[in-house]
Amino acid sequence: MSEIAPTAARISQKSVSAVLDLCATVGHSVMRFFGSVGRLTEFAAKAIAHIFMPPWFFKQIGRQFVDIGYYSLAVVGLTTLFSGMVLALQSYTGFARFNAEGAIANVVALSMTRELGPVLAGLMVAGRIGASIAAEIGTMRVTEQVDALTTLSVNPYKYLVVPRVLAGTLIMPVLVLVGDIIGIFGGFIVAVFRLKFSAYAYVEQTWNFLEPIDVISGLIKAAVFGFIVTIMGCYNGYNSDRGAQGVGAATTNAVVSASILILIFNYLLTQVFFS
Amino acid sequence: MTDTSVPKIELRDVRKSFGSKHVLRGVDLKVPKGSSLVIIGGSGTGKSVTIKCVLGLLAADSGQILIDGVDITKLGSRKRDEQMKKFGMLFQGGALFDSLPIWENVSFGLIHGHDMPRDQARLAAIEKLKAVGLGANVADLFPAELSGGMQKRVSLARAIAVNPEIIFFDEPTTGLDPIMADVINELIVQCVKDLGATALTITHDMASVRKIADYVAMIYEGKIIWSGPVAELDHSGNPYVDQFIHGRADGPISRATAA
Repeated sequence: MSEIAPTAARISQKSVSAVLDLCATVGHSVMRFFGSVGRLTEFAAKAIAHIFMPPWFFKQIGRQFVDIGYYSLAVVGLTTLFSGMVLALQSYTGFARFNAEGAIANVVALSMTRELGPVLAGLMVAGRIGASIAAEIGTMRVTEQVDALTTLSVNPYKYLVVPRVLAGTLIMPVLVLVGDIIGIFGGFIVAVFRLKFSAYAYVEQTWNFLEPIDVISGLIKAAVFGFIVTIMGCYNGYNSDRGAQGVGAATTNAVVSASILILIFNYLLTQVFFS
Repeated sequence: MTDTSVPKIELRDVRKSFGSKHVLRGVDLKVPKGSSLVIIGGSGTGKSVTIKCVLGLLAADSGQILIDGVDITKLGSRKRDEQMKKFGMLFQGGALFDSLPIWENVSFGLIHGHDMPRDQARLAAIEKLKAVGLGANVADLFPAELSGGMQKRVSLARAIAVNPEIIFFDEPTTGLDPIMADVINELIVQCVKDLGATALTITHDMASVRKIADYVAMIYEGKIIWSGPVAELDHSGNPYVDQFIHGRADGPISRATAA
């Protein structure tokens, strides 16, 4: 019986096993984490390698350009428009305290091109495209359509992954460029029609102040974010578990992981460009 | 008809585990050229994994898988793709591409694997649809617009479209009513005979076995425990086979493992 055992020994035994349990749990999570990082890296490397190897499925690639680029225009446009507008309004109320209202055009242009354009567009596209990629490929995996591709001598990486990753990476900079313009236009509307700035001065100030690196860094960010969103969608869908629950989890993981990676890489890229 | 020297498909001591779960524990199997072998066995005994290993959808942990005497587990990816062109597969759920119309589903392997022009592929698809008893009017429909039995037929048409040397059937009659199941069985027999193909089927539908099999192999706990011509199925003298083909709840196969 346990009552017979010395209390101190029992407690130490208990605490030792608790510590061991904790170590095991932490160890398992760490191993799982590195395991999935490894699998994701392998998946991404394979996807990139297949981009440069024929055959290419041009019809699929074209379809993805339309899906990811064209159909995201409205979402990205609305997001950046209102962000640009609110940016002008907020910086006006803030800068008025220092009599620095004149800097609104600079703030809007700089924040839009460097940060808000790529990040907001990236996050919106992660929600729109990342989710739909994961759900589509996940459903294809679950219903054995991915296996069916292989049995029909078509490599699923080439048919499913390459078109999405390629289109996402190439079209995101275009989307963000459009977003930048709309966002700056949003700031312009508020500044001119609500805050009674001179339209000419606002445009001139924006134009003179912006450096090419501001825009280019944002567009490079956009390409990276496009890659992240599509590769996370493809990876999670491709490795989806069976059943509706599996596809649901894959979709959630695709969006969450892409969003977090976008924010992390945004910091890293900013560090690279401006330090 | 059968060339006994080199079997079309041969598995030698094929093993496959998922983590600590040993699904295949040394599968040995020979399918003579031009014959139809059916693997029977309960759910979760390794039937699907066996067929996926032969198809290359899963990599076997060890053992050899020989197609025409060539071990495909040791081939590079390009040669493996060449081997894949010999294969056709009918999936359990049909696995039709739901974003493509029926005719593109059927001719998918022809267009992408064999570089056939699209207009020609469409005609070929309609021809194959006819072979499985479907009219040209379904060619432009989408998979979701067809009934389960029709989807199975389209899937069969897709499997035979590339004139494969080996066709795999994964539970071809599951989810169909008995009459439609018999129709599909007859189509399978007909298509395999017309193509002169070798067929490897997994099923637990005994009516299907008796209709389409030349040879039967029974898999249990990851091993082939009996194989022989279909005529000997009823006199196998194997208590596991007897229990399975008569569908008895009690016998050497415990319910815990069969479930």
